[in-house]
Amino acid sequence: MELKLFGVAKDIIGSNKLSITAEDFATVGELKQWLSQQYPKLQQLRSVAVAVNSEYAEDNQSLQNAYEIALIPPVSGG
Amino acid sequence: MNVINQITFSPEELSRYSRHIALPQFGVAAQQKLKAANVLVVGCGGLGSPLLLYLAAAGVGSIGLVDFDRVDESNLQRQVLFDIHDIGEEKAVAAQHKIKALNPHINTRVYAERLTAANAMNIIKEYDVVADGTDNFTTRYLVNDACVLLNKPYVYAAIHQFEGQVSLFNCVNNDGETGPNYRDLFPLPPAPEAVPNCGEAGVLGVLPGIIGSMQALEVIKVITGIGETLSGRLFIFDTLYFQTNIFKIKRNADNPLNGTHPTITQLIDCEPFCNAAAKSIKEITPQQLKDWQQHEAIQLIDVREPYEYEIVNMGAQLIPLNTITNNIATIDRTKKVVLHCKSGSRSLQAIQLLEKEFGFTNLYNLQGGILQYIDEMAPHLTKY
Repeated sequence: MELKLFGVAKDIIGSNKLSITAEDFATVGELKQWLSQQYPKLQQLRSVAVAVNSEYAEDNQSLQNAYEIALIPPVSGG
Repeated sequence: MNVINQITFSPEELSRYSRHIALPQFGVAAQQKLKAANVLVVGCGGLGSPLLLYLAAAGVGSIGLVDFDRVDESNLQRQVLFDIHDIGEEKAVAAQHKIKALNPHINTRVYAERLTAANAMNIIKEYDVVADGTDNFTTRYLVNDACVLLNKPYVYAAIHQFEGQVSLFNCVNNDGETGPNYRDLFPLPPAPEAVPNCGEAGVLGVLPGIIGSMQALEVIKVITGIGETLSGRLFIFDTLYFQTNIFKIKRNADNPLNGTHPTITQLIDCEPFCNAAAKSIKEITPQQLKDWQQHEAIQLIDVREPYEYEIVNMGAQLIPLNTITNNIATIDRTKKVVLHCKSGSRSLQAIQLLEKEFGFTNLYNLQGGILQYIDEMAPHLTKY
């Protein structure tokens, strides 16, 4: 499955999408944890929103029926 | 409502707004609401430019303009409100002149100052709707928090390189339910060096034109009540791949402002908090740098990109941030080493990396980067 990347997450991960196997992660929280281990710079963001199937998802949400996941960091430019 | 019904238009105004009034969903009633509205625009830059132009043109009766900054040549690539004659002028004042010339029927008020925890409540409480186009997290969290504490709808937009976000926060719907706000999405501000600003990361000039226009659209919809707003939805436009996304967002019980157990009950400047991670880094002023250079041998390193070095430099050794780990051997471990970039955030990042991964203890960050150095020590050099 494709993880859609936005904002500075694109720069940190170096692409606008990342291939992942959703079955490897039971919840949004587990996915976030894995991502911050792979890309430690993501931790500096402190708050990163995850959307599952185009809806904002909290850490305890299951990824079982996920067909689309997005990683949305805060953006400050104006 | 009665008061709004009594708002009248001169023949000139009726002619000016005739294309609005001709819209069946809009009519005189919506135009009256616009004329009765007070909108505060925080930040008169990239997003503020189209926002102010379209709100003024649309006939929003009173517009407040907040910006502490002055127009710089490097703004003109995207801040279409200004031209070369405005360089050096206060943005809020120059912007006011432009929108008054566009529509003399509106009232304006200028706040040529920085929005802070001390003044935000007093300024924002005078307005019905707040639109934020600032370029930093400190002000964004401040505007969000003030709007939630004062029950004001907050039209949010932000940009990064080729990508823009828009939403409407803290808006009460017809059932009396309050929609989500910025802290539902991002409860805590990021570390200061984590997300670069437009000056550091670059931005495609047309992007704020598009996103700021969408922000104006949402302001107009909130005021007039037409259509469906972005309340409860976050819109993201990736212009590079021309992909639009809309994400449903919702209130979060853990929101520190208006969740089930609020911990923020008054405004706080998030600056010292935001900068907690950066506090341990040693920093020097441009004046200190000059004093040091006169008395001892120090190494000065510029972590910007080569094209920036070409625009202006202060004779430092150029080691772009992304090449720094390959150049560890060229960084002195005995004498004082000062790192600088454009405005201080990339050099901070470099120092954090060098201290953490390579054990350096002799590094100093030049406060405010080459821009502050030019302002304070070398005004003849080119700013960008």
